[in-house]
Amino acid sequence: MTTTPDQIKHDLINHDVINHDLLRPVGQASARFFLVVAMLGLVVLAGFSAWGYQLYSGIGVAGIRRPVFWGFYITNFVFWIGISHAGTLISAILRLANAGWRRPVTRCAEVITVFALCIGAMFPVIHLGRPWVAFWLVPYPNERGLWPNYRSPLVWDFFAIDTYLIGSITFLILPIIPDFALCRDKFSGWRKTFYGLLALGWRGTQRQWHRLETAMHIMAIVIIPVAVSVHTIVSWDFAMTPVPMWHSTIFAPYFVAGAIFSGIAALIVAMVFLRRFLHLEEYLPSVCFENLGKLLLLMSLLWVYFVFAERLTIWYGNQPAEVAVLWLTQKGPYRYLFWIMVACNFGIPFPLLAIKKLRTITGTCIASITVVVGMWLERYLIIVPSLSRKFLPYAWGTYRPTWVEITITAATFAGMALLYVMFAKLVPIISIWELKVGMREASESMPSVVAVSKARPTVSERSEHETVGFKNSHRVGKP
Amino acid sequence: MAHRWGMAVDLDRCTGCEACVVACRAENNIPSVGEDQAQKGRAIHWIRVERNYEGEFPDVRVKFQPVLCQQCNNAPCEPVCPTYASYHTDEGLNGQVYNRCIGTRYCANACSYTVRFFNFFNPAWDKPLHLQLNPDVSLRQVGIMEKCTFCVQRIKSAEIRAKEEKRELRDGEPAPACVQSCPPRALVFGDLNDPESEVSRLARSRRGVKLLGELGTQPNVTYLQRNEWNDNNT
Repeated sequence: MTTTPDQIKHDLINHDVINHDLLRPVGQASARFFLVVAMLGLVVLAGFSAWGYQLYSGIGVAGIRRPVFWGFYITNFVFWIGISHAGTLISAILRLANAGWRRPVTRCAEVITVFALCIGAMFPVIHLGRPWVAFWLVPYPNERGLWPNYRSPLVWDFFAIDTYLIGSITFLILPIIPDFALCRDKFSGWRKTFYGLLALGWRGTQRQWHRLETAMHIMAIVIIPVAVSVHTIVSWDFAMTPVPMWHSTIFAPYFVAGAIFSGIAALIVAMVFLRRFLHLEEYLPSVCFENLGKLLLLMSLLWVYFVFAERLTIWYGNQPAEVAVLWLTQKGPYRYLFWIMVACNFGIPFPLLAIKKLRTITGTCIASITVVVGMWLERYLIIVPSLSRKFLPYAWGTYRPTWVEITITAATFAGMALLYVMFAKLVPIISIWELKVGMREASESMPSVVAVSKARPTVSERSEHETVGFKNSHRVGKP
Repeated sequence: MAHRWGMAVDLDRCTGCEACVVACRAENNIPSVGEDQAQKGRAIHWIRVERNYEGEFPDVRVKFQPVLCQQCNNAPCEPVCPTYASYHTDEGLNGQVYNRCIGTRYCANACSYTVRFFNFFNPAWDKPLHLQLNPDVSLRQVGIMEKCTFCVQRIKSAEIRAKEEKRELRDGEPAPACVQSCPPRALVFGDLNDPESEVSRLARSRRGVKLLGELGTQPNVTYLQRNEWNDNNT
């Protein structure tokens, strides 16, 4: 297909609009931004103080006790590793499937992966009795003459999470390189130096594009088995032990499905906030939420199926120790949490996502928030009831979190938001070059796009009504 | 031949006096965690006497069952430790190397008998108990898992003594504190690899059962109990 001069002109205009809209949040920082950062920062600081207090006093300031040796910390670990499946897995699958609507979504998702993994990976250290010797999990020649125990699922975890972290950072950074180069070209001052370093000498030559596309394709394929393996291994932390209701073959697929489920939900919530606060209404159109909502609906149904299959077989098998745990969650003191979880993961999201009229941006957002809450509860309900009802009734027990655990948990959510806000301030949160490629492809295949986009405000109209906001951003190179 | 240490617990002899619990605390430098912590379920007892009630009130019977680390041959706690802090010794014990422990508490979750204990804080003793610590047993720092060792320090010193005197260990020579202090001799300790030892004989008894034997942990502790199947074959 040949490119007409009209199309080239149209592309250039569009490119300027895109550059302007998507570089605007990067180039300037409002008072509101600093206020948000300060508030989130305070919560994170409280979390670090609580952790410091725990390091100083001993792990006993957390609520864990015999026999519930794992509580909030491991719940958070599994939860955040689950959230991390948003990005990489979803964006890799969408990239490989070449879904057009993925373009504005992929980077939002990949960032969640990296940050959620960093937060999740802190918890195995936070929960240790002696965190100062956590490095003993690393295989290195040492004076103790010992390697880590490769039979331990915790060591598998260590390697799986490391691999996933390195892979997902690569997967995130690769497609940002051309956008770093764009920032370098558009900005001046310290920003030019900063983005110049990050752009790694990107000049946009044919060779560089070819290498980038190849590398991204390889990573998209490689990262999928890695992502699946990570949550499989996290599930095996539980399934490998002879603990009632943990020792289950269903756990690996159940955890992977749950991870993708909570990951999509986290992605939708993040996108709704970005859309609103960075005024990206045009770039994150409702079709993205519509499609992600359908995916979330699928995962919700899959989740119910897994829970049903797990619980039915245990009830029918009627092993005394397992049934004791089952009834603890169905009829015992954990029943409220259990039914809240079912409502959050299925009861509320199902109608919101299944009925087309309700599957709006608000609808999917509400559904996603309940899913995030529900999936946190799911992890809690997997860990705590099983430990409090092990085989010998004489050693049964309970668990109640302390303020230390609650503060650290709250700090992780604030920390995630903080990292995300800071990232969106430093890097265009929507992949600019991929958007342009998508637009080019669309205009090549359907010339009518030109007519459609006429309905949008033209460049002159836009720059008129946005000059107020634009004055503040004197550092942004005028398009 | 290598030893394989084992214990037999005669439930028909146990009176629930808890002398074993006291002896164990004194021998193994077990910290007293204090009232508040004990209420939270953080008390440490390497051996505990479980009370199980049978029958309907007023016709109630209490059965006492001392529960300690079962020193499983197929122990769930061992493979899960990432740092080899819990490992299997040559003599069939589930060893716990305090200095290697990083405190994941994974072993305690995996243990089917809930006989592993965690130091939530640094150890402390009410005065004057701090003056009676056993020099043969190391103290455990905060963040470390601990459990019954079958009084490995007594086993080792008995072995060294026998080697010095150029003889074999006599049956019943190494005796853990709980066994030594049991007034009705409900606890018997010895070498399961010696078919003539008292503990081997008792372990082969028809009264013998393994605690949660169906889990396949293959404990080295055998519980002896008269029941309807062996009523006439004690």
